[in-house]
Amino acid sequence: METSDWAERLYDVVVRAGIRQVAYVPDAGHARLIERIHAEQNIRAIVLTSEEEGIASCCGAWLGGERSMLLMQSSGVGNCVNLLSLVASCRFPLVTLVTMRGEWAEFNPWQVPMGRATGAAMELMGVAVHRAERPDDVNEMVAAACESAFAGDQAVAVLLAQRMIGRKEWTKL
Amino acid sequence: MSSLHRRDVVKTLVDDRNDLLVVAGLGSTAYDLFAAGDHPSNFYLWGAMGGAAMIGLGLALAQPQRPVLVVTGDGEQLMGMGSLATIAARRPANLSIVVIDNERFGETGMQASHTGLGVELVGVAAACGFAWARAVRSRADLADLVQQTRRRSGCSFGLVKVVAERLPRTLPPRDGVYLKTRFRAALGLEVN
Repeated sequence: METSDWAERLYDVVVRAGIRQVAYVPDAGHARLIERIHAEQNIRAIVLTSEEEGIASCCGAWLGGERSMLLMQSSGVGNCVNLLSLVASCRFPLVTLVTMRGEWAEFNPWQVPMGRATGAAMELMGVAVHRAERPDDVNEMVAAACESAFAGDQAVAVLLAQRMIGRKEWTKL
Repeated sequence: MSSLHRRDVVKTLVDDRNDLLVVAGLGSTAYDLFAAGDHPSNFYLWGAMGGAAMIGLGLALAQPQRPVLVVTGDGEQLMGMGSLATIAARRPANLSIVVIDNERFGETGMQASHTGLGVELVGVAAACGFAWARAVRSRADLADLVQQTRRRSGCSFGLVKVVAERLPRTLPPRDGVYLKTRFRAALGLEVN
């Protein structure tokens, strides 16, 4: 699979999983999915000021009977930590897709500390972590995460490796 | 100075509730809501400070035919101030955020909060784009707010100034799975 294909096909996985709300703090790695979500009438996009808001809105969506998904960059995982106690205490389903920074050809050292702690921070709060390294992993892992979450009441984060997403191009405007 | 008492205010907000869905922020507002009478369509928080309004947003989007009321404290809403921007940007017609404002962090010893130090949350909500944003200081104002929470005519923000008082705690259930499951069951949703 071409690197560029996984992001396009991810949209089909989201639709097939019956997701009706997608909350996000934007990231370049999520840009195409966010564009497609905004164009989809059956899915409400929620742009957040901070990632922990999305943990709460995803729980609210489930209380009201809808499936949701949260998109963020690895730096946002630290913002979510206390709100993840809501997920654990009530056993809410959660699916979050996390684009990784700070781990592969990272230009910005400020991204590294949270990038290194991303998976462990999620696991500390009881969120299962799957890590997609290759384009072929992505759709399968996201579909599996949706099944675990919405049928099995689990909280699952799929980390999208920086090597797979591609380097941020600093010279391009 | 307001003469409104929080227990009366919250009871008035949920009297004749019909199909109202209610989320209560942690601490005093959860106790107030429980004291007004338990109901399966009440979701009480015992943590997740700053998250009440956003739970309300997800719920309101999922249940557009039902009015959704978030009742929370000034400290809880201040921790989630960004969520006022997020909610206003989505403009759910059926969501009301009501802050019971005693200008104190009640649960931790009644320390002064920002709303007693000059921060105007009604102005914040209005500037974010809430269709209806008002301070409530009288019974007449409260009656208007109650009507607004039932209308589903645009997202609403009410800041109810109340007397700072220490009241006996009335503790709702703390089992989150139970609260979630009974809330969903009351909506006719299947239990996993």
